[in-house]
Amino acid sequence: MNGENISFWEKLGKIDRRWIFLIIGLVVFIPIAFGLRMTVHVSPAVKSAYDTINSLPEGSVVMISIDYDAASMPELQPMLKAILRHCFDKNLKVVLINFWPLGLPIGNQGLEEVAREYGKVYGVDYMNLGYRPGDIAVMLRMGTEIRSVFYGDIKGTPLDSLPMMKNIHNYDDIAVVVGLEAGSMGDAWVQYVNARFKQDLILGVTAVMAAGVYPYLQAGQIKGLIGGLKGAAEYEKLVNHPAFGHIGMASQSWAHVTIILFIILGNIGYFMERRRKRGL
Amino acid sequence: MIEALSIWVAAGLTLAIMSFLYGDNPVYKFAEHLYVGYSAGYWLIYTWHFTIKLMVIQPIAEKQPGALWLVIPLFFGALMLTRWFPRIAWMSRWSIAFTVGIGAGLTLTGAVHGYIIPQVKATILPLWTGNGLTSFNNFVIVVGVITTLIYFFFSKPHTGVLGKTSKVGILFIMVAFGASFGYTVMARISLLIGRLDFLWSSILKLVHFF
Amino acid sequence: MLKKQIPLAITFITGVIIVVTFFIPHPPFGRLQQDALTWYSVIFGFTMLLGVDSLVKFHYTKLRRREKGWWFSIVFYCGFLLSFITGVISEIRFGDAFNINSSFMYFYNTILVPLQSTMFALLAFFIASASYRAFRARNIDATFLLVTAVIVMLGRVPVGYMLWHKLPDLTSWILNVLQLGPMRGIMIGISLGTVAMSLRLILGIERTYLS
Repeated sequence: MNGENISFWEKLGKIDRRWIFLIIGLVVFIPIAFGLRMTVHVSPAVKSAYDTINSLPEGSVVMISIDYDAASMPELQPMLKAILRHCFDKNLKVVLINFWPLGLPIGNQGLEEVAREYGKVYGVDYMNLGYRPGDIAVMLRMGTEIRSVFYGDIKGTPLDSLPMMKNIHNYDDIAVVVGLEAGSMGDAWVQYVNARFKQDLILGVTAVMAAGVYPYLQAGQIKGLIGGLKGAAEYEKLVNHPAFGHIGMASQSWAHVTIILFIILGNIGYFMERRRKRGL
Repeated sequence: MIEALSIWVAAGLTLAIMSFLYGDNPVYKFAEHLYVGYSAGYWLIYTWHFTIKLMVIQPIAEKQPGALWLVIPLFFGALMLTRWFPRIAWMSRWSIAFTVGIGAGLTLTGAVHGYIIPQVKATILPLWTGNGLTSFNNFVIVVGVITTLIYFFFSKPHTGVLGKTSKVGILFIMVAFGASFGYTVMARISLLIGRLDFLWSSILKLVHFF
Repeated sequence: MLKKQIPLAITFITGVIIVVTFFIPHPPFGRLQQDALTWYSVIFGFTMLLGVDSLVKFHYTKLRRREKGWWFSIVFYCGFLLSFITGVISEIRFGDAFNINSSFMYFYNTILVPLQSTMFALLAFFIASASYRAFRARNIDATFLLVTAVIVMLGRVPVGYMLWHKLPDLTSWILNVLQLGPMRGIMIGISLGTVAMSLRLILGIERTYLS
């Protein structure tokens, strides 16, 4: 009897991983296909980010940095859209900038899509600086004069010909910078722009990085933190526009429960096997 | 029609990559090589548009003040490409040395001014504030930072008081890694949600088309 | 001299300029820093081309020698030429290859976005498999890791609130207090190491970048 149980655990431990892939695939897919939704509760870190933008007077400039590409798009693009909706709701001016070459079109498409929704005009209500190589060098040079590194916008149109850019020269004219981060540019924004120019920052990061950004929040180096798809869902709730973040929450929840069950099952099998070997 | 074709191709390529889950196969390899090839071409166009055209050619063509000096970094950038020719590849060292020097200088100042000093400042917390919970939280943060730093001090063997403190440190580190792992699972699942949502909405769009 | 001493001197001079201008932002040092950073941006842009060159050469060699799987190198070149040619056409037609209506952007959305996204989405399957097969509470350290991971995984999704309404608060406490200390400690350690490495590079002690 004991030998049959242990044999069962051993078999279970060596199960073909493709069954695990199938289970996870189904657990994620079914809530999407059936349109299941769950209630999202807002965390203090995301509320803090929201309040920072919400407290800005009309006409303030928000710079959004697109520092991600298609690999992190499911987490960060919903954040971008929620923040843009918030900015356009409050008639804030939006300046987009990009430090990840492969992500420039994604950010641009998100910006144009939401701007169209709100009937905003390019050059008056929003604009896109595009990308220039040099990362930290670009950030530092913008502290003196944006035109020293971005003579023109993403298409090459001179900044001085864009009405909204007339009075925007450096970080003194920007109310808050929102960094949407999939890599190390978030650290650069904090260590160079916040440290040297005392620029207010909000970071929206992938969930992989979120745990490591809390020290910045506690130290007051950033004003708010939006972490992962859940963070995006929270921000969508705050701006009353549930979108992809909300769509993903049911799948996210049940996938987490499934993985926890996998961990528990795997450990039960491990301990049963260990007990059997010690008994021998 | 063009949009329908785009959906078919995108969904097909998505499934091609996912076929790797069953096992490595030629369909996956096809998609993988297409991705690498397309990315390489993208980098070329990107470099031309944002580095050469907008940063060098346009300022010189529009006679911006000091634009002619950009010929010098353009020359150094071209020197970088001498790596392609073994006989004169040593010339690329000058360009690399320039970027390494600037990078090292920036990192040095950024790390100290932007991270170490503010973070150490934020760790100097009152261990008694009058509020029990806040005091406890501050104590936990301070102990966490100190014991973690002690754990990574390998110049002395971890015995005695140092050993016990570093044991506490490793427990704190495990908590941090656990939080990171939990968040990492969340991130990976989110990416999968994105793709499966795309596949489902593609199916719905194509059904609508036909 | 040309191959070793001059590059080391360039590294030293540029590194010192950046450090000095951090402390003295006034003219002429401020202007010097701005110019150095401008030059850095332009030169940095060319480094992207080196990676492209390595790839192109690698696949060319594979094709020429008919090595195993050489036909996939043809696929590589097809993707490369598709991207390059549509980029050039879009650049000429629109003056900007990144115009939303360009063929370059059409193929970017059709080919690059799904491929790149799906590559990373596969990781979800592997992390699930690893959770089942590899993550074991072998000792007290691993147990701390797994328990924290489980709490964070549940607390950061809506189902956690459904299980216990205080779970999100507990998760918040773990993230804002318990794990903050070690995260900060690790990052301070990394920053100190970065500072040491930067000094070694500027002073010419570390020379591996010259090879």
